[in-house]
Amino acid sequence: MKEGFRQAMAWLHTWAGLVFGWLLFAIFFTGTLAYFKDEISHWMQPEIAAHSLDSEASLALAQDYLQQHAAGASRWLIDLPDARDPGLTVRWQQAPGKPGERGRFESRTLDAQTGVEVQGRESMGGEFFYRFHFQLQMPYPWGRWLATLAAMVMFVALISGIITHKKIFKDFFTFRPRKGQRSWLDGHNAVGVLVLPFHLMITYSSLVIFMSMVMPASIVASYGSDVRKFYDEVFPASKTPERADVAAPLTAMAPLLAKASEQWSGGHTARLSVSNPGDASATVVLSRAGDRVVHDFGRAVTFNGFTGQLLSSTPDQPMAMAVGGAFYGLHMGHFAGPLLRWLYFICGLAGTAMISTGLVIWLGKRQLKHVKSAALPFELRLVEVLNIASMAGLVSAVAVFFLANRLLPVSLAGRADWEVNVFFIAWGLSVVHAVLRPGRKAWIEQLTLGAALFIAVPLINALTTPWNLGATLMQRDWALAGFDLTCLATGLFLGWVARKMQRPGDSVSVRKASPSPRSITVEQGAN
Amino acid sequence: MKGKLATLPMSYRLAVTSRVLAAIFGGYLVAALASVTLTLWLPLNRAEAVVTGMTVSFLVYLVAVLWCFACRSAWSAWVGLLVPSVILATVSGVARGLGLA
Repeated sequence: MKEGFRQAMAWLHTWAGLVFGWLLFAIFFTGTLAYFKDEISHWMQPEIAAHSLDSEASLALAQDYLQQHAAGASRWLIDLPDARDPGLTVRWQQAPGKPGERGRFESRTLDAQTGVEVQGRESMGGEFFYRFHFQLQMPYPWGRWLATLAAMVMFVALISGIITHKKIFKDFFTFRPRKGQRSWLDGHNAVGVLVLPFHLMITYSSLVIFMSMVMPASIVASYGSDVRKFYDEVFPASKTPERADVAAPLTAMAPLLAKASEQWSGGHTARLSVSNPGDASATVVLSRAGDRVVHDFGRAVTFNGFTGQLLSSTPDQPMAMAVGGAFYGLHMGHFAGPLLRWLYFICGLAGTAMISTGLVIWLGKRQLKHVKSAALPFELRLVEVLNIASMAGLVSAVAVFFLANRLLPVSLAGRADWEVNVFFIAWGLSVVHAVLRPGRKAWIEQLTLGAALFIAVPLINALTTPWNLGATLMQRDWALAGFDLTCLATGLFLGWVARKMQRPGDSVSVRKASPSPRSITVEQGAN
Repeated sequence: MKGKLATLPMSYRLAVTSRVLAAIFGGYLVAALASVTLTLWLPLNRAEAVVTGMTVSFLVYLVAVLWCFACRSAWSAWVGLLVPSVILATVSGVARGLGLA
């Protein structure tokens, strides 16, 4: 029975992993990139210059700008610059034409030091990867549902994988390189076990993040039809005050930052929201930056907008919400400094590698049976095409997305959308290419193309903008320089993998064209 | 099971399909009912109890899915989910009856 249980879990691991593997690869890869969301955005909108931070000065500039350009608005939102996102963003909502309607939002990015409007190129930047990671470019709420379903399957695959893998720690120290299929399995186990805590945390937390969407039964059971009340209790939000229609100048907001910081024992403000600016009823709500592990939704301090007096502060979150907040905070990693952020990135890559090696192993094992026949059966060929396009194709499409940012004309209408379109066109073409070419050749060609595209990113950047690698290194703009260097390293890595695949006999994976009988017998012995 | 796909009997395929359906839908039912039961019985305030119930439900879902593929037959997969479902529904019904919610 015990052996049967393990076999059943192995079956579950294999098939759950296969069916959702391609989707999970895309989710993991884009999610990993999203850890550098702000840095990617900075690279994709280099016109927004980074300065040393001075929140008070930036806030005063934002207040000046809004008083001049949006005095009659019903609401102002100010996003202060931080170490990763250099822009000072101001948004304002026009008073609605009719009561009950939502006013239109306007948004500008200002230079954090001069307060001058910055005309950055239109781009979604790193936000694209972040959104794709859980919305999958699908209409609300389908993408979120599918991503959460994939997370549940990942959870099942992880746990069943651990059960299958009995000698989990002993095998961890076993790596048999250059043994084809065996090496892939060792690698799969090694990356899986090495960052296992990360995998469990990231998968479980993704379920917790969307729990009120996917598991609402207990909300309905407890609150009945009054579901809104639940959200009000969990996410305390300050109410918009009624307009008094008495003109009153807004207090200087810069000193409020220090007062809020006192309330948070040193925490920083990320966003200010001003309701009814210029009216006697004005309130200023300061929201805390995600600088702690335990994320606190709606953690805010409210001030009177005329007198500057402290009105209220949201209470500390109860235990259950703190646990949820901790999962959220751990998943997003907003609190992570540069070193920890790189660790997150590397763990994310390890997860991506675990998924990709799993997919390769599935196919490699089954291909062995068809080494001598001319063509693969349809279902194996389908898996092969999907493997190539979902992995090599996606990676190349990311490089194309970056290149489009530099090559599309700045004045192009709908430029940000075109960057995204180009990404999907490139990804679609990789499917066509994988269908038309034999498996191993398609792998090599797409990986080589991906290598060339990634190496081209810093070159095209240097040719089209003044922010070339030499200049950014001299200016110590580590986000821009790091981006170029990471692209370069990615290109070299992809080139190395492509070369490994080209070398006959030393099979990175067992392909039907594998000409060396020796490697095949070794692998068959290993299985 | 590799390579034998073409020769697998229909009954095997139906049994696998049945287990998959039990895991997805039956598993969800058990998880949802478990979250409701926890919410109604936990001695916490409403919002906290709801959040705790939702947080734990995914572990229940996980165990339910593993059960569906570990048990001996597709029938026992369904029975193993429906019995706890009935129990959980009864227990949360009792909570309602006692006025805990």
